[in-house]
Amino acid sequence: MLEARGLCKSYGDRPVVTDLSLAVGAGEIVGLLGPNGAGKSTTVAMLCGLVGADRGQVFVGDASDRVELRDDSLDAKQRIGVVPQELSIYENLGAAANLKLFGAVYGLSGALLAERVDAALTLVGLADRAKDKPNTFSGGMKRRLNIAAALVHDPDVLLLDEPTVGVDPQSRNAIFDNLEELRRRGKALLYTTHYMEEAERLCDRVVIMDHGQVVASDTLAGLYRRLPAAETLELEVDGPVDLVALAREPGIERPAQDGTRLIVHVADLGTAAPALLIWLSARGHKVQRISSGRADLEDVFLSLTGRQPRD
Amino acid sequence: MNLSAFRALVRKDLVLYFSNRRALIMSIAAPIVIAAFFGSIFGGGDDDAKPSRIPIAFVDRDASTLSQAIAASVKADPAFDVKVLDEPAAIALAREGKVRAAVVLPAGFGEAAPRALLGGSAKPTIAVHFDPSQATAMPLVRGLLTQHVMQAIGDGLGTGGAAAFSLPFTLQAQESTAAPRVPYNSYAHSFAGMGVQFILFMGIEVGVGVLLARRLGLWKRLRAAPLSRTMLLGSHIASGAITALVLLAIIYAAAILIFGVRIAGSVAGFVGVAIAFALLTSSFGLLIAAIGKTPEATRGLAIFATLVMVMLGGAWVPSFIFPPWLQTASLVVPTRWAVDGLDAMTWRGLGFSAAIAPIVVLLAFSVLFAALAVWRFDWEEPRG
Repeated sequence: MLEARGLCKSYGDRPVVTDLSLAVGAGEIVGLLGPNGAGKSTTVAMLCGLVGADRGQVFVGDASDRVELRDDSLDAKQRIGVVPQELSIYENLGAAANLKLFGAVYGLSGALLAERVDAALTLVGLADRAKDKPNTFSGGMKRRLNIAAALVHDPDVLLLDEPTVGVDPQSRNAIFDNLEELRRRGKALLYTTHYMEEAERLCDRVVIMDHGQVVASDTLAGLYRRLPAAETLELEVDGPVDLVALAREPGIERPAQDGTRLIVHVADLGTAAPALLIWLSARGHKVQRISSGRADLEDVFLSLTGRQPRD
Repeated sequence: MNLSAFRALVRKDLVLYFSNRRALIMSIAAPIVIAAFFGSIFGGGDDDAKPSRIPIAFVDRDASTLSQAIAASVKADPAFDVKVLDEPAAIALAREGKVRAAVVLPAGFGEAAPRALLGGSAKPTIAVHFDPSQATAMPLVRGLLTQHVMQAIGDGLGTGGAAAFSLPFTLQAQESTAAPRVPYNSYAHSFAGMGVQFILFMGIEVGVGVLLARRLGLWKRLRAAPLSRTMLLGSHIASGAITALVLLAIIYAAAILIFGVRIAGSVAGFVGVAIAFALLTSSFGLLIAAIGKTPEATRGLAIFATLVMVMLGGAWVPSFIFPPWLQTASLVVPTRWAVDGLDAMTWRGLGFSAAIAPIVVLLAFSVLFAALAVWRFDWEEPRG
């Protein structure tokens, strides 16, 4: 549905995106993750025609009706909806008036426009506030209207640039429900976010960017498999542990201690857990509690980029 | 061209502007109030209004028949508002700026002046103490005083049996306005000036609005839509021009209904100048958006530039009182053509041909501003 091939973009001598390729299929949500300055926003800007790529191509549509996105390619733009990171709505126009405007700029008019406006407002749960101005809305309601403004022309592809910034958990869940509904309807969604838990909940696949390049692109399961230590052990111990010595033990990765809480990453839980208990016991440590868990996307991110997502 | 999109964009701008009551009041009430003030101090629009009288103090230290005749003649002159005082009080009033001048006839004037006229003795001196901040009134005071003195001396010589003499001409002052029976209405010029100024302020808001839309991501959403650049910029030009026309119509409606301003010249010419100025306003706004960085900084600079333009354009005071070099230099300022064009079609009462040059010049400036805006406009969102 959306395909980017070899996109490159520089500002002056500074490359911002280098040879980026990705694809989002119908009925799929792909997460675009990366630390600040990784090139996510420039990528989204190129994917929706806001910024021209220095090299590379963007295609929209299926094999039978695929069109290339260019600066003047109105057909391709017609199939894309954009949810900017900013609240891109007119605060002094009513909710329905906002959607009518954005529907009209995509060529809708008359009964079809009215129908689409109603549908978009209903989807995001704002049908009963159609006449109210956004300056009377909560932050979460504004975010939902921000999404509805991108949906009113019923695009095939939806590009969402951190659409939940500053939203309370309840509104965030409502937005997730909206996006999952769009996935069920066969839309292709590209979702950029800093929030790893959002990507884990929503995304079928994740593309991780760093320094303008794709460093990984896979399903969540595939990404976890790339970790040398995909499981974690958390133990409560009675004193400081020699982390340097522990890190030299086979099967143990990235040991860390915070007070009495000791966390280690292990590749194989079955062999590493008994070995670790024996190692601690041999050094006189008493273990009061032990629990295990899986590494999360944040661990994957850290492993691939060496940075936290919000760095 | 997607006309429904174009209409929607224009309608959006109009709704946003005209629903902003504060901006609307500022754009309509402020020019009317300020134009009313300027119009009233420059003569008003009352058909029966008399020119304001020049306040002077008159001191007669001579108390002769001649000096008393001069005093009576000066007091009877409608150009003067005369206070007869002693010398210290008269000079004090001039010093305080309460009279433009204090005229002192010296003792012995009645005897010396006729003899001096015939070349028989030294000339007596009439002292005129004037307020230096009102020095422009001095030539008028001097001229009128000379007229009254000469007339009184002539009359005195006549009664003495010699041949009486008087000024060899009379002056008839007549307003050169739209038509002989149409009096000058100074509100017409002040409404042209203030209308131009405040509508250009509205144009600044058009430009700042684009910058704000960019900051809020609205421009991003519109740029991502299937809209051509021509349509995006064109919709701003159209909505800005319509807003300017509506404001100009409201301001002139108030001028006509309340202050008696008349479009004494060509109505078509007036409409033409108004449309050309409206286009200039919106293209000026777009230029501001193209060269501006932040809304705050841009607004301040644009207001300064506008004030300079309207000052040089004769919006505050008529350009004919400028020094000659400035009158020529200000022809490169579009506001000069807008104010002159509106003046020509209102109180000057000139025909359509007098509107052609202002229309052409304003349209040329509009095209220039729009071209510069398109050239300088940063279409790509700056990204880090």
